[in-house]
Amino acid sequence: MVGAQHDKGWRAAVLKELRREVGALEAGARPDAPALAFEAEAIDAHLPEGGLRLGALHEIWGGSAAPIDRQDPDGTNKTGIENAGGNGGAEDIAAATLFLAGLLARLSGPVLWCLKARDLFTPSLAAAGLDPDRVIYAETWHERDVLAAMEEGLHHPGLAAVVGEVARLGLTASRRLQLAAESEGVTAFTLLRPHRQTGAEPTAAATRWRIRSAPSLPLMPSSSAANPVAGIGRGRWRVDLMRCRGADPASFITEACDGTGRLGVSALLRDGADAPHLDRSAA
Amino acid sequence: MARVVSVCLPFFATERMRLTSTDLPPETPLALTTRIGAQRLIAAVDAKALAHGLKPGMAATQAQLLLPGLTLRDYAPRADAHGLAKLAAWCLARYSPVVMPAPPDGLFLDVTGCTHLFAARTAGQSRNLDEGEDNLLADLAARLARRGLTARLALTGSVGAAHALARFAAPDCTRIAETQSLTRALAPLPVEALRLSPETTQALRRLGFERIGDLIGVKRAPITRRFGHDVFLRLDQALGLSREPLVPLIPPELVSTTLSFVEPVITAEGLAQAVERLCQDLAAALEARQHGARRLDLHVTRLDRSTSIVSVRMAKPNRAPEHMARLICEKLTGLDCGLGVEKVLLAAPFTRPLLPEQIASELCGRPKEPDLSTLVDRLANRLGAGRIYRTAPVESDWPERSVRRVAALAPKPKVETPRPENWVRAWPRPARLLADPMPVEVIALLPDYPPALFIWQGRRHRICRADGPERIFGEWWRASGEIALARDYFQVEDEAGQRFWLFREEAGGRPQRWYLHGFFA
Repeated sequence: MVGAQHDKGWRAAVLKELRREVGALEAGARPDAPALAFEAEAIDAHLPEGGLRLGALHEIWGGSAAPIDRQDPDGTNKTGIENAGGNGGAEDIAAATLFLAGLLARLSGPVLWCLKARDLFTPSLAAAGLDPDRVIYAETWHERDVLAAMEEGLHHPGLAAVVGEVARLGLTASRRLQLAAESEGVTAFTLLRPHRQTGAEPTAAATRWRIRSAPSLPLMPSSSAANPVAGIGRGRWRVDLMRCRGADPASFITEACDGTGRLGVSALLRDGADAPHLDRSAA
Repeated sequence: MARVVSVCLPFFATERMRLTSTDLPPETPLALTTRIGAQRLIAAVDAKALAHGLKPGMAATQAQLLLPGLTLRDYAPRADAHGLAKLAAWCLARYSPVVMPAPPDGLFLDVTGCTHLFAARTAGQSRNLDEGEDNLLADLAARLARRGLTARLALTGSVGAAHALARFAAPDCTRIAETQSLTRALAPLPVEALRLSPETTQALRRLGFERIGDLIGVKRAPITRRFGHDVFLRLDQALGLSREPLVPLIPPELVSTTLSFVEPVITAEGLAQAVERLCQDLAAALEARQHGARRLDLHVTRLDRSTSIVSVRMAKPNRAPEHMARLICEKLTGLDCGLGVEKVLLAAPFTRPLLPEQIASELCGRPKEPDLSTLVDRLANRLGAGRIYRTAPVESDWPERSVRRVAALAPKPKVETPRPENWVRAWPRPARLLADPMPVEVIALLPDYPPALFIWQGRRHRICRADGPERIFGEWWRASGEIALARDYFQVEDEAGQRFWLFREEAGGRPQRWYLHGFFA
């Protein structure tokens, strides 16, 4: 009788543990996956791990500043990536670059940055807190080599993160990168500079973000007659979490990274009203 | 086309004698003597003795009469050959996997595919092969001069031409670019430059063939009938029309292992297996010396005796067999096995001491920096050296010039040294910079105001906020035209929140122009 009770208690404990593990798996995360907090309350509270999961693949999309759910003249309401207006140009990727630099600045260890385009201006990364000595660049001749170089880097446990600038990321490639990232615990970021034609493909990435610039708040005294153009304050971004395992899509307005890679918390707003509408069509 | 360096050391015997013996004052002229029968003849002279009219072949007594302060020593041809081989081994480690000593006073280096390593690396610039070749020659000349050796160098497309130009062309350092014509460079040289026997050259001269140019385009049959095939074979070799492979030197002290196959290997997989075994043997040899390899050369000899060389470099000394094998095997894919590979030789011509290290653990203080050398090697092997880099600041206000590339594993600056202030400064720098600033149309309310509107790629950007100007002056010490240059940079934000970097250029008396140079967000 006593033995049976003991057995029951043991069974309950195992079941409880299994339920916890399954619950965590359902949320799309390994139970012990470490995460990098954004240190911005609204974003961290929204993400299932309380931050960006480390040792996984994350997509970061650049996007133009055009309003995403704008009515087009012909009446069709194109939403999502198709309407990004992005042509893979430098203007679309600048905000996403700084967003990523801020994340990397708060990791410790060397970073491998694989790229083909030559427009990355590295002094700006230092301004987001990413020490230039921590970044090793791998410049490829072809874009297809970027993903291969990324995979090579992800197998090296000494790195903190691997970044790749690509125009598109397919399902197979993203699965390979995700597996490589999991195996050594190195975090992978793809910085996507989409061409006009490419839409969002399904990928194995843990999260998909899109960073666009948003009008900044006017500085305190506003424009006067003596100087008709107001000065520039801290930039603001519209951060769209377009896809995330275990969490709904959402949009946030944040201030740009400061010198230590942290997003501005003070002005952080979460406009949940249009966010789910926005991302259901995109995903 | 091959690229070959010929090194001619006209005073090698005497200069080597000076370097190896301590009792020879540098100011006295020196000559080396040899005995033929009962006669003592001069075998080699140095530059000072030559200037006084002394020549090899003279009787020693006559030389002493001509130049009373002359020092005489015994000629040592075997020691010279040994010294030349040592010099060749040094070139092998530094410049090229294929070096052939040409006794008594020369070396050949096959530098095909090696010269890009000497090209300057600056951000955004493509590799310039001509520049690499010039730098290689300059480096070699400077290092030989520092050793106290007089050298004449030539870099051309064939062994024969390099030999001829090093010995018979006027300047000390000659280079014939790949695009230039070898015929035009060789035509004015005397026929002696063709590496023919003295009898043949004398006979050619008697017939009126004094320059190489005289032999080009003549009827070959009568001359061949009289002198044999040698004349035109040497001519074709010099002009690069006929192949002349160099026999690579494998010095006995070189760390190397070799494998010969009973059955020739035809597939890349078979070769890869052989490489794995060679790497294990080489690692053992390196470990015995407590050295690590910085470069590996795999010499692949095919059945028809032709040789291919696969060369890999490593950022740090390394002797891990798996790592070495992986680097080499990645380069084997394009290799042509021909009829089959008979023999492979793996050599480590450039090694550095590598002592066992304590594995980082929490017990022995702080963990050390992760070792990225294997990753850097693999990426550099695949993408090319110089494409794996870090960036470092340059003291320049001009944004395009403020970044320089440094080697990926270059030592990091000490924390105490202040960072050059032009990277982390009050004025922000854009995340993306256009390589060439793009002209834009700008409307400003007053000439000195920041722009109110600009049009770029057909799109109008109405500016709501702006900061500036940040004035950057031309760097007059770089070029005379820059003294009048100035740029006024403005950081502007349009209605949508996009941030641009615009500048107004003032160049002397020309009207001001506006350009877009970068993007913040």
